[in-house]
Amino acid sequence: MTISEEETKQRWDPGVQSYAGMGYYNADYVPKDTDVLAVFRVTPQDGVDPIEAAAAVAGESSTATWTVVWTDRLTANSHYQAKAYRVDEVPGRPGEYFAYIAYDIDLFEEGSVANLTSSIIGNVFGFKPLKALRLEDMRIPVAYVKTFQGPAHGIVMEREFLNKYGRPLLGATIKPKLGLSARNYGRVVYEACRGGLDFTKDDENINSQPFMRWRDRFLFAMEGVNRAMAETGEIKGHYLNVTAGTMEEMYRRAEFAKELGSVIVMIDLTIGYTAIQSMAHWARENGVLLHLHRAGHSTYTRQKTHGVSFRVIAKWCRLMGVDHVHAGTVVGKLEGDPATTRGFYDTLREGKIPANLANGIFFDQDWASMPGVMPVASGGIHAGQMHQLLDLFSDDVILQFGGGTIGHPYGIAAGAEANRVALEAMVKARNEGRDLLREGPDVLRIAAKSCQPLEAALATWGEVTFDYTSTDAPDFVPTASPSA
Amino acid sequence: MKLRYGTFSYLPDLTDEEIAAQVKFALDRGWPVSVEYTDDPHPRNVYWEMWGLPMFDLTEPDGVIAQINECRTTFPDHYVRVLAYDASLGRQSTAMSFLVQRPAQEPGFLLERVEGPDRTQRYSVRSYATERPAGARYGGE
Repeated sequence: MTISEEETKQRWDPGVQSYAGMGYYNADYVPKDTDVLAVFRVTPQDGVDPIEAAAAVAGESSTATWTVVWTDRLTANSHYQAKAYRVDEVPGRPGEYFAYIAYDIDLFEEGSVANLTSSIIGNVFGFKPLKALRLEDMRIPVAYVKTFQGPAHGIVMEREFLNKYGRPLLGATIKPKLGLSARNYGRVVYEACRGGLDFTKDDENINSQPFMRWRDRFLFAMEGVNRAMAETGEIKGHYLNVTAGTMEEMYRRAEFAKELGSVIVMIDLTIGYTAIQSMAHWARENGVLLHLHRAGHSTYTRQKTHGVSFRVIAKWCRLMGVDHVHAGTVVGKLEGDPATTRGFYDTLREGKIPANLANGIFFDQDWASMPGVMPVASGGIHAGQMHQLLDLFSDDVILQFGGGTIGHPYGIAAGAEANRVALEAMVKARNEGRDLLREGPDVLRIAAKSCQPLEAALATWGEVTFDYTSTDAPDFVPTASPSA
Repeated sequence: MKLRYGTFSYLPDLTDEEIAAQVKFALDRGWPVSVEYTDDPHPRNVYWEMWGLPMFDLTEPDGVIAQINECRTTFPDHYVRVLAYDASLGRQSTAMSFLVQRPAQEPGFLLERVEGPDRTQRYSVRSYATERPAGARYGGE
């Protein structure tokens, strides 16, 4: 018996074999341009070899089961096997490893994030030999990108639709998020939009409750939107949340929003990937922008060792085809390391994103001209942070000040005006070449001299910050390369 | 009523020096700048009249300011805006848009309602100015 025959025989012996031995680890494998690539943070149980753990992840997220099955031999098995091709220790975190895995594109159905995720995160996260597992990043090959619709409109089309250029857009989430009657709710929409915001927004959990049914909310909100348009001469919108228990009901609500002339509807991440893709197709077909609130994501994105990084969710969102998605504020009340958040924004907005470990980006990603998704910064931000926000996020972002608009001491319209004046003053200063981080507070103070609402906003919130350590920060810090 | 159109419509009107600084920002990025005017301020009126072609290959804002001033002189009671255009791949769209002149009197907009069934309404926004023919809408024309 030759050596190769002996190896073959061992590979197909009935019983349990190591995943690495079954071919799910291959250090010599060179990923193809068409492969889907993933990098996982693997924390093996004590005594489990990291390479075997990586191979197990590759196996359990592709073709393998716990034991050898002869029916593999009816397939071109090595083609369909995912291959762990590289395993690195995580810098500064003993016991954790980055496992790089390549998947042949044939493993995935065209245009289906549900199918992609059923493979990549389907079974493997509960695998006993691992203490914890986190999907850190993915490279979606152009060949697979091209099977998705992508954003219903995208950043450029949204701006042309709204006729607004050269500055971030402004929004506010209506507060309190639960309990207002439809008539009172519409009042907040009207005041915020007429004061100078571009958008107002339903919150994630406002759907159709006993205190306010969806149809009534839509009617009163659109009254507010249209009144504000007439008062300002500017296009306005309210994200009407069409999230519901069934697709049929979501379509019904979205159709009604369209008939009322709303430029935008909204869904929650909790509706699921397939429902999001369906709504993205509806949104393109009907010329209505689609806002996605990432409700629930922190249950799996926040902890460093287990779950799915938001940079991966951001990639899926772009494939699924939403026009807006919340992506963090850095300076606000919700989780957000600056470098990590930068990585999310690049992933959503740019055409080609080079690998950049300092921002948590492990792979080059080419979107092949798929339009960008407008990131939304929302949660505990206020006018006094405008210089930081513009410096962090530049123009293609929606800055949402809920409490920072509605909680203004002079009223909602004054709160909106304060935000708009602060924003415009800061964009003007940036374009004039001013150093925002150094001179920003001065720019705000000077703008406030001709805008009382801004002065009051700065007096109320100027010093408010949420300064806590992030749990989700990159593992690689940039080090200055020694000059030759 | 003050038309809230363009990037700086909530700030005091820009001086020519401030306009030049914004134009310089655009030119430094290789964005051609153009001047347009209208007397129909409807928020969905996309196509304002072009005051000549976009100005390609400029490096200094003086030429743009001269064109703005000529446009202002010819149409003293129109809205005049400055646009910058980003032709780079993935963008190929307007990059900046802001007003550099507005009429002295802005009568504002009427919100028209058409009652529909089941408490619905069809809304439309109409500028009071456009009740008069183009060219005779603002000022002493």
